Amino acid sequence: MPAWDWGYAFEVLPQLLRALLVTLEITLLGSVLALVLGLVVAVVRQARIPVLDQVLWALVEFVRSTPLLVQVFFLYFALPRFGITLSALTVGVLGLGLHYATYTSEVYRAGIEAVPRGQWEAAAALSLPRSRTWTGVILPQAIPRVLPALGNYVISMFKEVPLLLAISVVEVVNKAQEIGSQTFRFTEPFTIAGLLFLVLSYPASVLVRRLERRRAA
Amino acid sequence: MDNLPRIVPVLLQGLPPTVIATVGGIALTVLLSFLAGLALLSPRRWVRALSRVYVEGFRGTSEVVQLFWIYFVLPLLVGVQLVPLFAGVLVLGLNHGAYGAEIVRGAVRSVPRAQYEACVALSLSPAQRMRRVILPQAVVEMLPSFNNLFIQLLKSTSILSLITVAEVTQRGRAVLVPAFGDDIVLIFTLMLLIYLVLSVLITAGMRFLERTAAGRVGRRPSRAARVAAVTTGAR
Repeated sequence: MPAWDWGYAFEVLPQLLRALLVTLEITLLGSVLALVLGLVVAVVRQARIPVLDQVLWALVEFVRSTPLLVQVFFLYFALPRFGITLSALTVGVLGLGLHYATYTSEVYRAGIEAVPRGQWEAAAALSLPRSRTWTGVILPQAIPRVLPALGNYVISMFKEVPLLLAISVVEVVNKAQEIGSQTFRFTEPFTIAGLLFLVLSYPASVLVRRLERRRAA
Repeated sequence: MDNLPRIVPVLLQGLPPTVIATVGGIALTVLLSFLAGLALLSPRRWVRALSRVYVEGFRGTSEVVQLFWIYFVLPLLVGVQLVPLFAGVLVLGLNHGAYGAEIVRGAVRSVPRAQYEACVALSLSPAQRMRRVILPQAVVEMLPSFNNLFIQLLKSTSILSLITVAEVTQRGRAVLVPAFGDDIVLIFTLMLLIYLVLSVLITAGMRFLERTAAGRVGRRPSRAARVAAVTTGAR
């Protein structure tokens, strides 16, 4: 048996590509959750409401210091105890989104803090309402600056999706393992799975780096 | 709560493999970060290219795929089956070393040009220049980013449960959940707390190193570097 069988590789490729769509779907939904929730946390924390601020800080630090895999298990096995039963896919999106929201909230915060004080004062002088200050003045300046960092975290999320095979989400790596255990040939499926990640995430990270350089210039 | 005395010892059984994987992974990460990071700055084109392939290859693929590839595929190709824990340390080191290489490269490049010129003026050899002047200053810049990287690595040790390493996550998931199903919330909360304590220990250690390294070059630890470590999303 040769170490690499091209015929077999092409045979398993379509199945892996279909599973890749699941990976992309989870990445997309998880990113939306992480990007939106992170922004909400960052804006709320900017108000520095006593107690709430400390609670959010502790929550962010806790989620960020503990493994995503354990958090996903927690959501998958413990939530049903509270009467909430979610599909593995939903748990995956939720886990990934919540975990990365803690990172994006810090990124947004840095962006918000980089907006000069004068902008806040000008908005106050014009007696803009709070919501207009955020949507018209602060965020349009804060968000473009942090786009590259947010992009990096989206790429990280994409690469973390395979973790979800532990709760039997059928993404690429899980599919590769399933194919491998049916045919007893693991080399091709796992190698292709790895290459699929590389093919998508390398160009994405090159794009992010280009964006970064343009921002710096 | 009644089962607490039975749950805690099982989780603690998982502590040694988790700690070994973390410490071993960190050691390999540091080694590879400096090797590949300095190679990225080499004047020789092929050395830079080789290091670039390693860095992009490991940063571009998923850690779980790397783990499965080394554990399931590599033995088929070379005929040697790795001990799960060893395969785990290898993957943790190789993966995080690729990220660390960029940290090292960035920090070395951030040392002001005047420092290089001063070394030339003092006619220090390139090796002396790197060891005595550039690296001591660069290390101060690297440490906050390495702190983050090491915490990522600690968190990644949980994926070793997927290749049957009996670490904390595997103990909880494979042993405790089937046996004490009613205490599921307690089990996972304890697991998360164990990781939290370990990551606080890593941060405490790194803060100490930050102070020491900064003190050696007559500086104070930089808060800006600490903030940048999280907010650039370099990982």
